[in-house]
Amino acid sequence: MVAHLLKLKLILLRNSLRRSPWQIVGIVFGALYGIGILTLLIGALFFLGMSDPALARTVVILAGSALLLGWGLVPLLATGVDMTLDPARFVTFAIPMPQMLTGLALGSLIGIPGLITLLASLAQAFSWWAHPAAVLAGIPAALIAVMSCVVLARMTVAATTSLASSRRFKDVAGLIAIVPLVLIGPIFGTMATAFSASGNFLADLADGLAWTPFGAAWAIPGDIAMGNPGAAAARFVIAAAFLALITWAWKVLLARALVTPAHNATARRGAGKLGFFARFPATPTGAVAARALTYWIRDPRYGASLIIIPALVVVLVFTGIQGGEGIPPVVLGLGPLVAFLLAFGISADISYDNTAFALHISTGVSGTADRAGRAIACAVFALPATLAAAVVPPVLIGQPEAIPVLLGLSLGLLLSGLGLSSVFSARYTYNVPLPGENAFKTPPGSTGRTMLVQFLWLAVQFVIALPLLVPAALYTFGAGGWWGWVTLVLGVLYGSAAMIAGIRIGGKWLDRRAPEVLLAVSVNK
Amino acid sequence: MPGGNQQPDPSVSTPAEQAPSAAAQAVPALAIRGLAKRFGAKIAVNGINLDVPAGSFYGLVGPNGAGKTTALSMATGLMRPDYGQVWVHGVDVWEQPLAAKKLMGVLPDGVRLFDRLTGEQLVTYAGLLRGMDRDTVAERTADLLRALDLSADAGTLVVDYSAGMTKKIALASALIHAPRLLVLDEPFEAVDPVSAANIRDILADYVSSGGTVIVSSHVMDLVQRMCDHVAVVAAGNVLAAGTVDEVRGGQSLEETFVNLVGGRSTSEGLSWLRTS
Repeated sequence: MVAHLLKLKLILLRNSLRRSPWQIVGIVFGALYGIGILTLLIGALFFLGMSDPALARTVVILAGSALLLGWGLVPLLATGVDMTLDPARFVTFAIPMPQMLTGLALGSLIGIPGLITLLASLAQAFSWWAHPAAVLAGIPAALIAVMSCVVLARMTVAATTSLASSRRFKDVAGLIAIVPLVLIGPIFGTMATAFSASGNFLADLADGLAWTPFGAAWAIPGDIAMGNPGAAAARFVIAAAFLALITWAWKVLLARALVTPAHNATARRGAGKLGFFARFPATPTGAVAARALTYWIRDPRYGASLIIIPALVVVLVFTGIQGGEGIPPVVLGLGPLVAFLLAFGISADISYDNTAFALHISTGVSGTADRAGRAIACAVFALPATLAAAVVPPVLIGQPEAIPVLLGLSLGLLLSGLGLSSVFSARYTYNVPLPGENAFKTPPGSTGRTMLVQFLWLAVQFVIALPLLVPAALYTFGAGGWWGWVTLVLGVLYGSAAMIAGIRIGGKWLDRRAPEVLLAVSVNK
Repeated sequence: MPGGNQQPDPSVSTPAEQAPSAAAQAVPALAIRGLAKRFGAKIAVNGINLDVPAGSFYGLVGPNGAGKTTALSMATGLMRPDYGQVWVHGVDVWEQPLAAKKLMGVLPDGVRLFDRLTGEQLVTYAGLLRGMDRDTVAERTADLLRALDLSADAGTLVVDYSAGMTKKIALASALIHAPRLLVLDEPFEAVDPVSAANIRDILADYVSSGGTVIVSSHVMDLVQRMCDHVAVVAAGNVLAAGTVDEVRGGQSLEETFVNLVGGRSTSEGLSWLRTS
């Protein structure tokens, strides 16, 4: 039975590769990336294991703990990262629990993350080659650690499937879980600063972690190499007990998830609340705008691109503050950056609609109304956000004279970007998370085309923005303060013209090719 | 509006099975000529001809994968045909899409809805997209929600609706602009019997007031009871078309269907499945 499950996983992987050559490209890139990192890591470890076992131990414990934590957290972020062996699909097959657990756990090792983890952990054990006893103890310790990774991930999946049967929970949980991930940069920055202040900070942290389940298994070979077999034995007990505990917890959670089908309890609500539909004008354009704005608020896939922006502010300010005194000049870039990101936000709008876009075709709404409505909805919040992001930072750091150039550049980027996105989403669709799926999920087999379309968008946007970048650069390099005002006037006029042109062109394309666009987005369902 | 040259010539390509009736002499509500679509090596729709007389309740039946959904998608402007033409009340769907779409209400099968809207918002959205004014939309939305027994859930997000409720709200979106032709792909799938009866009443009422309905379905009984015309589609071809009585010719529609389409297995069945 275990062999069956493993074979199933391999077949699923192989068949998914058959679907599209882009997927093979994605896997090859993933594999190359993984192998590159792995080679680097192992090389460094082999060197360290010989020259400085104490430092090697610290590094292994820290990296290993982060790895284990990552395996536990990632499924929270991306429910459906790997649901090829989703236990819910085996509900009707009456597979005995022990076989199912073994099969699912080993199945998780098939695939790039699992294989890399396994190889890296074993290589880590062999990197203690200068101390044969440490290698001998390191191999079982590494296997325990790898199994802990896999089981922890599976446990998280089982726990969330029983918790997350309600749609609202799923909508919110995925978004909230991204927050710590975004903050990883600042956290590491702070840690680095603390490390340089007191040289022993990371070593102390590693020593502490070594007594927790996350670091215990990783500390064992180092302990033996440094002549602490007692501590190694104690940590072995901790690691093994932890693995037993999470396996038991997984079993319980899985058993409960299997007999608790997804349910959805929502209160019934009567008519009368039209939301944005009551506020926007009763025209096709107004209706599209009202619908799009409702989606910006209700659909977590749109929220995902919004949550990046406050995170960006935090990261920029944080990294800057570490560099020196007060708020750094780098925050001046916030306005153009926010404008750029928000305008990019609607470049995959029809891909997000998926087949629901059929309503626009069967009602015969004009392409221009469709394009304009979506751009207006985005502008409703993007315009104030961009204004704030362009005006507040120069005031805060005491350079109000930079406001015109920043404002011009930001508004120009926002308006022309909305126009460009209106053209792009009418033609270049790509696979995005389906409606109701986790916002951060990457649909299989789409990486290549997604990257290509997004790169193309970037390149074209750069070319379109050139007339704005020239006066902005002249201002920056001291050609004269009035170049800032030139940028402002040009940004508003040129940006508006580019937006209107984009909406017209995109609308025309959509009028001509709407059925083809529908066919393209319905491939991903 | 089209000139006379755009109208199909009934003497050339009307299916032979179709008896000329009073309604068929006039401009058909839907006329299909030589419609074909190919996906890779598979021919989904193989050059079909079909006339749906104005004022008829037309059933489209066929086994799974017969090409019903593909044919209806092409007839309603959702999918571009490889060959062939489609007219709705004499308006060419692919030459004058906007005029044709004004005449049609469509309930496609297997497409998503904007399901993060509430039911009321979705129907309102469909009305506003068609350029109707706010008051008419509000009035008709309320009527439709009441008629389809969705008033109590009007403010619930469509994503939280059951499968049957989702079908009903999609039907309401197709009806909001009072079309002359309704094209409904699998409208009764997952709809409970009471709601199905309500929908049938609404549709029968609509037909008796001069509208035309095309439904695709697997359920022969339903089509035999509900429709006055029927076409049997299999493997991308129209095998028979005409009034229900002509097509079934004394047998039940289901027997006729099975005879036409074939595929009934005559073996002993699964002998090991017997419990005694």
